[in-house]
Amino acid sequence: MIEVQGLVKKFGDKEVLKGIDAVFEEGKSNMIIGSSGSGKTVFMKCIVGLFAPEKGHILFDGRDYVAMKYGQKKKLHQEIGMLFQNAALFDSMNVEENVAFPLQLHTKMTKAEISKRVDFCLDRVNLAGENLKSPDEISGGMRKRVGIARAIALEPKYLFCDEPNSGLDPLTSQVIDKLIKEITIDLKTTSIINTHDMNSVMEYGDHILYLHQGLKQWEGSPDEIRNTNDARLREFIYAAQFTKDTKPASN
Amino acid sequence: MNLFYHFGEYLLLLKKTFTKPEHRKIYIKRIFQEAQAIGVESLGIIAIVSVFVGAVTTINTAYQLVASWISDTVIGSIVSDSTILELSPTIATLVLAGKIGSNIATELGTMRISEQIDAMEVMGVNSAGYLILPKIIAALFMVPALIIISMFLSILGGYVVGMYSGVVSPEHFINGARDSFKIFTFVFAMIKTVTFAFLISSVSAYQGYYAEGGSIEVGKASTKAVVYSSVLILLFDYLLAQLFL
Repeated sequence: MIEVQGLVKKFGDKEVLKGIDAVFEEGKSNMIIGSSGSGKTVFMKCIVGLFAPEKGHILFDGRDYVAMKYGQKKKLHQEIGMLFQNAALFDSMNVEENVAFPLQLHTKMTKAEISKRVDFCLDRVNLAGENLKSPDEISGGMRKRVGIARAIALEPKYLFCDEPNSGLDPLTSQVIDKLIKEITIDLKTTSIINTHDMNSVMEYGDHILYLHQGLKQWEGSPDEIRNTNDARLREFIYAAQFTKDTKPASN
Repeated sequence: MNLFYHFGEYLLLLKKTFTKPEHRKIYIKRIFQEAQAIGVESLGIIAIVSVFVGAVTTINTAYQLVASWISDTVIGSIVSDSTILELSPTIATLVLAGKIGSNIATELGTMRISEQIDAMEVMGVNSAGYLILPKIIAALFMVPALIIISMFLSILGGYVVGMYSGVVSPEHFINGARDSFKIFTFVFAMIKTVTFAFLISSVSAYQGYYAEGGSIEVGKASTKAVVYSSVLILLFDYLLAQLFL
């Protein structure tokens, strides 16, 4: 479980996060939604430690990240897996080396054990046999799946996904969403997913957090969001309903 | 103020860089990879520059020494001394600042803007240590090696041109070069080279590591890496000469 308390983040004079409280439960897909510039990515980057917040606490199963020393933070990071918006694969390494990277640095596994684990992770994301391809030889969807394989290599307790569907076609988006959902259930991870895609929020989300201008505007379940009275949130959700409600013409 | 801010950030980056590696074997492998990129792949340009610098120095020196009472051996002596003391350590490292510096800044800048550095940090890897430390260590070993090769090729270039153009006989050139050689000159040149190697690798890494924005900013970071490294090489060249000579 991840608990965020009163998180404030400023860039210069601009307050991007204005005191956010949130609880993300284990084994659930926690979706963070909000329009561009609402602070979703900054919020996620604060939780994973890429930005230092001005105020607030981030508790990973009771362990306060903000109060930790550098060495403790590094250790905690080994429990975190993250899929970046553009996958952020290391372009000097092939698929296999990308997935093996955290294993080589943080475990005492032998070459054979690492190889076996890499194959397992690639198989888990349906990329078996693609080991030797370089990141520029594979499609955007495959890059994301390699990113997921790398994120789960160390069996993380916490999984973060920053806009996993961006730049993908609807079918590939569904594959990625399904994969993240399955991994969340299988590994019992606390998953936090930043997304604009309301289809994936409705279909795969367990808990939804809506951010607006650096504040938590609303939170609840997919069923609750459908019946919300919050005008701004309704506008945000139904702006994205076109694709969901459109059915092929019958003839 | 801006200068102090960047100097402080540079020192903090160095502190982060020189921390205990997560996995020693992988870092050693990385040092060899960087040695290949920094050293072996720079050999061609260093060879070309050095041979021509030596050749031109010989011609220029012969042109200026027209008095009949000056021995021809002086040409060998001047070419050898100026090559070891100044031309190879400074000119060759300025060339390396252009090649290695822009390479390091572009590589790290691209990794920064494509979130590869962030990905390392999230995995609990000290990205500065993993990416920068092997580059600095490789530079500290490979740049002096390149400069020793540069010295040899530069003197060889001077010797060959002197011989074929007839401005100095091979015996006089070699006698002059041999008689004027002092071990201190060579040691001083190595001290300079190691200092310059550290400056090129660390300053360029700083520029790339903190690049922000897109491809234009990466280009700017690369340009800054070359300009700042070159200016610092010249500044430290003067400071070290003042200190040791």
